Amino acid sequence: MRHRSRIYVALSVLLFVALLIGVMQGAVALAPMTILKILLRSIGISHGPITWHGADETILLELRLPRVLGGALVGAALATAGVLFQGLLRNPLADPYIIGTSAGAGFAATVAMLVLPPASILGFGSVAVSAFVGGLLAVLLVYRLARVDGRCSPVTLLLAGVIVNAVLGYLGSLSILLFEGSEFRLRQVFTWLMGGIAVNDPRQLLTVGPIIIVGIIAAYGCAVSLNALTVGEEGAQALGVDLNRETGRIIVLGALLTGAAVSVSGLIGFLGLAVPHILRLLVGSDHRRLLPTSALAGAALLVLADTAARSLTAPAELPVGIFTALLGGPLFLFLLRRNGTESGWR
Amino acid sequence: MAMRPGVRLDGVHFTYSSGFGLAGIDLCIEPGERVAILGPNGSGKTTLLKLMLGLLRPGGGTISFDGEDLGGMSRTARARAIAMVPQELLLPYALTVREVVLLGRTSYLHRYRGPAHEDLDAVQAAMAATDLLSAADRLYNELSGGERQRVILAMALAQQPSLLLLDEPTRSLDLNHQIRILSLIKDLNLQRRLTVVSSLHDLNLSSLYFDRLVLLSSGCVVADGPPDEVIRPDTIQEVFGVSVLVHRHPSLGIPWMTFVPDAGDLFSTREDASEAINP
Repeated sequence: MRHRSRIYVALSVLLFVALLIGVMQGAVALAPMTILKILLRSIGISHGPITWHGADETILLELRLPRVLGGALVGAALATAGVLFQGLLRNPLADPYIIGTSAGAGFAATVAMLVLPPASILGFGSVAVSAFVGGLLAVLLVYRLARVDGRCSPVTLLLAGVIVNAVLGYLGSLSILLFEGSEFRLRQVFTWLMGGIAVNDPRQLLTVGPIIIVGIIAAYGCAVSLNALTVGEEGAQALGVDLNRETGRIIVLGALLTGAAVSVSGLIGFLGLAVPHILRLLVGSDHRRLLPTSALAGAALLVLADTAARSLTAPAELPVGIFTALLGGPLFLFLLRRNGTESGWR
Repeated sequence: MAMRPGVRLDGVHFTYSSGFGLAGIDLCIEPGERVAILGPNGSGKTTLLKLMLGLLRPGGGTISFDGEDLGGMSRTARARAIAMVPQELLLPYALTVREVVLLGRTSYLHRYRGPAHEDLDAVQAAMAATDLLSAADRLYNELSGGERQRVILAMALAQQPSLLLLDEPTRSLDLNHQIRILSLIKDLNLQRRLTVVSSLHDLNLSSLYFDRLVLLSSGCVVADGPPDEVIRPDTIQEVFGVSVLVHRHPSLGIPWMTFVPDAGDLFSTREDASEAINP
């Protein structure tokens, strides 16, 4: 049993290191000791003399820390949602966006960026709020479409998701084509669609953080049903699972986690698809281990990817979505070649 | 009727939207019985099992389990009393044998707590009963068909049911593994008084391993009783449209079937055969 807890320790260390590198690296490098002192002082533990530039404190507390924590939350949320949908749909190709979130959020955000004034609610811009609402509405639509005679089978859910994703995706493209306005706004849309962590206001974390953390804990509570679903819907029912209730619960949690992530980060690809598979290789497919380890690994990997995205070409910034796709794509292909065998995904 | 133990089906109807289904099934299965459900493809064997499992609700009539209306039982209570071994099972993700057997404990597990001692003990016992202890950490999908069949049987045993339903447990197994799995099921029935109801294709094997055979045809029970009463040339001809000779198993004395290629006239023994068994 002890070797099983080792993976949690390793992933926690990885996450801590990722967070540390994340706050140190950037256009201005910060030393670990400076970071520690600023942090201790800001939470009122230390009252020592100020030995750092005022700008460093602003960079750390108002820019980097929110961004790094935002990245960790988004990464954990996307990886967890990936596990939920791969388990529910019994499909190794499922990702957090598969049942409509990406297209719904993308379409709503595009329209918001092109049309709405940049108002702000709870620190969220109109784009973030539109993305969250659009993503949830699209999932609701997919769920309604896939529900036949009060039952919702994975296959119809998958098909309805693909169709709604395609239609909304093209509607988004159409609205970009028809838009006659500044180049700047179009550029903004493209950048958002490629995904990037944008915590413009630390207050955002106070809203998104609890949603994601509660969502991850509730997702862990679905592990027993997700395991049972490995033997199929009828099999799971025979084992005593209330299929309709659990399906609804998993969809709601997955959509909420994805929506919360998308509102902070735009559309970050591959993370939610690849992280669960990497963890299957390491801990197996028991969801009681797969869910928490995927959340930790997703958090660490997105923080690292985001740090790289904003450090490599500093002061310019690459959208982190490009980064996760360029890293995740080949990795995923490698895994597909190696493990997509008859013996099933590990 | 209401308080008697076992499974009772009274006038059970079930119709799929395609029109197929079961019509007016009356069936009582006493605790500790070992029953084989026989019949051609599409005669309703699997449907009958799913109704007894509570996976399908009857369109008419009632099903009771140990005196309780099956439809009124909670999912958890049902999963702890009745287990089903599905036909074949391939998993989308790689699980070890132990993990698959633990799935049988689903109805006992708490959302947030891990498996308790009872759960791990039940898993261990189920693996021991099916001779899987040495394979516990192997991957299910990498096992042979015969081993897989034992794993899903172990999963069902881990539910600690009093009624075990099996859907063609010998399908796609070689002869050795067919005999092995049926002997195992018979042992479980005799040693633990586990009620067993299994659909089966092979009539000779059903005669060899089951005390009671229920023959379905187009959704109706056409014969129900010990092998002697069910394995009869006229019945088999009527239900399967196949000519057979029925004689006695040389060492066990049970009815045993030999197929006759569509040429009853060559042998002209159909009547002789039924006389042989019912002089």
